[in-house]
Amino acid sequence: MLVEVRWHGRGGQGAVTAAELVAYASIIKGYYALAFPEFGAERRGAPVTAYNRIADRVIYDRSPVLNPDAVVILDSSMVGREVLHGLKKGGFVVANTTKKPSELSDLLGQDYRYATINATKIALDVFRLPIVNTAMTAALAAASRVVDLEHLVEAVKSRFSARLASLNELVLRKAFELTEVK
Amino acid sequence: MSKVIPLSGNYAVAYAVKAADVDVVAAYPITPQTAVVEKVAEFVANGELDAEFLHVESEHSALSAVLGASAAGARVFTATSAQGLLLMYEIMHIASTARLPIVMGIATRAISAPINIWCDHSDFMAASDTGWIMLMALNAQEAHDLIIAAYRIAEDPRVHIPVAVGYDGFIVSHTVEPVDVVEREKAIKYAPKRVTWYTLNPEKPMTMGSLASPDWYFEFRVQLQNAIESSREVISEAFTDFKHYFGREYREIDSFYTDDADVVLVSMGSATGTVLAFVEEARRAGMKVGLLNVRLFRPFPEVEIAKHLENAKVVAVLDRAMNAGSSFVGPLYSDIVVTMFKRGLDIPVINHITGLGGRAVLKSYVESIVKHAYSLVGKKMRDIERHYSFIGVRE
Repeated sequence: MLVEVRWHGRGGQGAVTAAELVAYASIIKGYYALAFPEFGAERRGAPVTAYNRIADRVIYDRSPVLNPDAVVILDSSMVGREVLHGLKKGGFVVANTTKKPSELSDLLGQDYRYATINATKIALDVFRLPIVNTAMTAALAAASRVVDLEHLVEAVKSRFSARLASLNELVLRKAFELTEVK
Repeated sequence: MSKVIPLSGNYAVAYAVKAADVDVVAAYPITPQTAVVEKVAEFVANGELDAEFLHVESEHSALSAVLGASAAGARVFTATSAQGLLLMYEIMHIASTARLPIVMGIATRAISAPINIWCDHSDFMAASDTGWIMLMALNAQEAHDLIIAAYRIAEDPRVHIPVAVGYDGFIVSHTVEPVDVVEREKAIKYAPKRVTWYTLNPEKPMTMGSLASPDWYFEFRVQLQNAIESSREVISEAFTDFKHYFGREYREIDSFYTDDADVVLVSMGSATGTVLAFVEEARRAGMKVGLLNVRLFRPFPEVEIAKHLENAKVVAVLDRAMNAGSSFVGPLYSDIVVTMFKRGLDIPVINHITGLGGRAVLKSYVESIVKHAYSLVGKKMRDIERHYSFIGVRE
C-alpha cells in the first residue's frame, strides 16, 4: 500500500503543518510516512505546496509526488483545474469552499471524488484566525481512508501545547462531522 | 526504551547532538541547516542539554570556536551548508591535521553563483580533500544515527580525526519521517565521553598548531594519512557495535542485487532511495540491474566497492556535483574509476550528473541511465567517446 497526497495552500494557512500532522497520525498508526514541502522560499500569501507519501513499509523513493491519490486545497481561491494536475482518476479532491461537492463535480469533471468543507468558518469560530490546516486534515480523513480522525487527535495532542491541542481537537471533530462527501 | 517520533532530518540531527551530550556548540545560520542549531539552542535554553552555545559572526568563527573547545577537551558540534562550508574550508584542514575530534552536520546545498539554496553535493564534495572522515546519510534516521556513530569514531585513540555527516538539504533536512530516537544513556555507553586526545591545559602547558618547518611539516601530513587509513577498522567496529546497541545496521556501502547484475548503478545520498525504487521495479521486469550506495566517502571504501563491481558489464555513476574542467567531471565517478583501474576492471564506467541546484532526480532519469548502460554492454572503456552526460537539463 502506498498513498500520496498533495496539499495546496497559501503561505500562512499551514499546508506544511497539515502534511506533517497527517504524517504524524500515520506514524502513530504504525505506518511509514513522509511529509515534505515543495522546497522554496516561504512567504505569506504565496502559493505553497506540500506532500505526503504514506506506506505500510519503508519508503525509499525521494522524488516529488507526480501522481497523487488525493489533492487537498486549503484556499478557496485556488480551487480549479490547475491544482489537479497529475491527480489519479478516481482520486480525491478535498477543498475548503462554501460550494457543495456536486458543484465542484460540475465545475471540475467527473473523473474525481469530491469532498468540501467550510474550513475557514470553523477556524474563525474556534481560533479567531483563518488557519485552516487542522480542519483540512479532518476533511481528508472524512473523505478518504488515508488517515484516521483518532490518530489525528493523538497527533495534535503530541504536537501542540495542552490549550492549543484542545482547540485543535475541537476543530478536527467539527470538521470531520461537517465535511460533505460526494 | 527508545521511541519512534516524526522528525525532520535537521531535528533528527539536533536530537543526536542532545543524545551525545555535546559540551560546546557554535554555529552560524544558513539554509537549509539553520533548524538544527535552532533546535540545539532550544535544548540548551530549556536545560535539556548542558552545553555552551556560542553565537558567532561567521562559519569561519563557528568552526574556529569548536576547534578551540575541542582542543580544550570538549565534545563539540557545528553544522552548516554551502557557502558556510566554504567559509569553514580553511579551518577544516587545520582541524584534521591538528587531529581534533570535531563532529559536523552538513545539510548539503548547491554553491553560488547563481544563488541557490537547494540540494546538491557541491559543498560536501568541495570538502573531500580536507582530511575529514565523511559520511552521507540517506534519510533522517541515518542522519541521527551517523552523528552518534561519528563521536565514537572521531574520539577513538586510533583516529582523532574530525567527522562530517552529510544529509541532503531539504530532501532530508526538511522532510518529516519516523525516527527512532536514541536515548542519552545508551548513546554515551556506545560512545563514551573520554578525552583521549592531546588537550590544552594551563597546568601542563603545550603548544598546538605552531609553525612546522620543512623539517617537520611533511610528517604531520603523513600521520594524517596513516590515521585516516587506520580509521577504516574503527568505522567498521563502530557500525558493528551500533547494530549491537541500537539494532540498526550500517555499512560503508550498501549493495542491492549486485551479485548477478549486468549493470551496476552507484549513487550517494537521498537519490539512492529513488534509484532503489527503480531497481526494484527493473528486477521485477527481469532486468539484471544492481545498485551500490556509498555511505562512507572518506576514507573511500574501495575494497568493499570493488567486490561488487567485479562481475558487472557496465557501471553507471550518479553524481550530484561537478568538477568543471577535470578529467572526470563527477567527483564520485573519479573515485570509482580509480578503484576499478587499480583492479584492472576494464568495462565502461559512465558518469551521469543530475539533480544540481535542487532539481528533482526522477525514476524516469534512472530508467534512461540504465537503458544507456545496456547499449554499452560488451565494450571497453577506451571504446567510450564521451564518459559523462547531464540528465534532466536543457543542453
